[in-house]
Amino acid sequence: MTDATMSSVTAPPPVPTGRRGPVGSVLVHAALIAASIAMVYPLLWMISASVRPEDEIFASTSLWPSSVDFSSYVRGWFGLDVSFGRFFWNSLVIAVLTVVGNVVACSLAAYAFARLRFAGRKFWFAIMLGTMMIPYHVTLIPQYVLFLDLGWVNTFLPLVVPKFLASDAFFIFLMVQFFRGIPRELDEAAMMDGCGAWRIYWKIMLPLSLPVLATAAIFSFIWTWDDFFGPLIYLNDMNSYTIQLGLRTFVDSSSTSDWGGLFAMSTLSLVPVFFFFLFFQRLLIEGIATTGMKR
Amino acid sequence: MAAVQDTAVAVGTGASSRPAAQSRLARIWASHGAGYMFLLPWLIGFFGLTLGPAIASLYLSFTNFDLIRAPEWIGTANYARIATADPKFAAAVKVTFLYVVLSVPFKLAFALLVAILLDRGVRGLTVYRAIFYLPSLLGGSVAIAVLWRQLFAGDGLINSLLAQFGIEGPSWISHPDYSIWTLVVLSVWQFGSPMIIFLAGLRQVPTDMYEAASLDGASKFRQFYKITLPLLTPVIFFNAVVQTIDAFKAFTPAFIISGGTGGPINSTLFYTLYLYQEAFGNFRMGYASALAWILVLIIGLFTAFSFLTSRYWVHYDD
Repeated sequence: MTDATMSSVTAPPPVPTGRRGPVGSVLVHAALIAASIAMVYPLLWMISASVRPEDEIFASTSLWPSSVDFSSYVRGWFGLDVSFGRFFWNSLVIAVLTVVGNVVACSLAAYAFARLRFAGRKFWFAIMLGTMMIPYHVTLIPQYVLFLDLGWVNTFLPLVVPKFLASDAFFIFLMVQFFRGIPRELDEAAMMDGCGAWRIYWKIMLPLSLPVLATAAIFSFIWTWDDFFGPLIYLNDMNSYTIQLGLRTFVDSSSTSDWGGLFAMSTLSLVPVFFFFLFFQRLLIEGIATTGMKR
Repeated sequence: MAAVQDTAVAVGTGASSRPAAQSRLARIWASHGAGYMFLLPWLIGFFGLTLGPAIASLYLSFTNFDLIRAPEWIGTANYARIATADPKFAAAVKVTFLYVVLSVPFKLAFALLVAILLDRGVRGLTVYRAIFYLPSLLGGSVAIAVLWRQLFAGDGLINSLLAQFGIEGPSWISHPDYSIWTLVVLSVWQFGSPMIIFLAGLRQVPTDMYEAASLDGASKFRQFYKITLPLLTPVIFFNAVVQTIDAFKAFTPAFIISGGTGGPINSTLFYTLYLYQEAFGNFRMGYASALAWILVLIIGLFTAFSFLTSRYWVHYDD
């Protein structure tokens, strides 16, 4: 399933079959271009608003500022009691730890499900798939009580430790699908040479699975970077805020006064995600097409 | 490890009947132990963070619990209040259903339409696809919700654009009749990921079917209706289920746009937002747990219903 879908998505489109005449083709492009403009216009407007002189932000619907002025970025950066540098750093720490946790823990579980034989494997696999369907709201409150008792509230631990316990079953599923596509002859040959499960996992599976590990890593990063609910619940002290919480505080504290600063910080908060979009778009699109994940 | 120790013990005691038993243990270990070793982190997580908490939450839903005093058993009182005496619950369910019913069909229709336009032989496919996909990637962030709050404000960008045509728009986000629509538009704006899944599905439709249909003189509309659409129903079904479950769980945009209140007049009080308010605003943890289980019930019923009805309209290859 994976291979067929993947190549079909990324391969250059088949030779035009001539299902559309020249007039139809122009109409199609006109519609697509109009839609594209409507899609990106709000984003471009926000970026342009972030570099406009303050009094001009609401005066204009155009995308070109009369003069470029980065003072909004300075005002925004220092707009709260704690600087946005701190929020970016916190988000980065949480996101990087999450990526490591997800890649390590999910690949271990995925290897067991895809390759090892043990009693109850099918049972646990079904349970794992089942956990993907359960809304997290069901476990939310007891988890909160647990982390409160452990004294973890207001630390990054409740956001990061579950990832080292493979709590994102979705990534396990993604990796199982990929691992199953790796030829078994490779493991069998290694086993003949006396390699144990651990060495096969480490020396064969992981090196051959870099695409899926990268996909999981990038989606982990983006989802964690954008996560609002988790930090909202677990982080109360402004020094431990993530970028998303910082933005929310900014909205509430200056709802109508400093839109320039707010847009500047909003634009900055999108930069890391945009970076992954620019350089790893193919991996992201393949990931979505093969698994049908939501984003 | 255990296998090595067991063997050592067997050698040490030198009992003639032991080695057979020990090597059986070693074999069991060799065939099952490694699997469980690799699965260990997930198993700990499953019992400690999923199964345990789920059971605890079911218990809490029958209690009064404020985090400070011990939970107090009150039977089905929480559920009774949800069912009969909680106008905010009713409002939240209404808003959430409205959001699901409005956003999912529009989003999927848009995704399918654009996917069909992009399918086969459009120049610049990768550029268009990238532009349409970008909002899906960015859309979950607070920054976009903040932007939306400005776009649809009384003096926001949308009204400035409308003013150029002489139309005076209302303050969309603070009008209870329109506020939900700003969230629907935000959801539809992120049609890129279902679009990519549709594109992958369209590529699976064999071209020779179209060629044969053309030879038989079938019009393009007819080809779409008779070939493309039936073959695409599994993908439509998949997208519909995923997007609907997602819409039931939406939180961030409503929280940011309404400043955490779900206002004006509960018109953006998404179910998850209400649950959050009860749990972490009012510290009614028992009541919020009951709300969580109702949400599971709603999503479960919806999913079961989709799968049951799917046999009547989803076309699977035999």
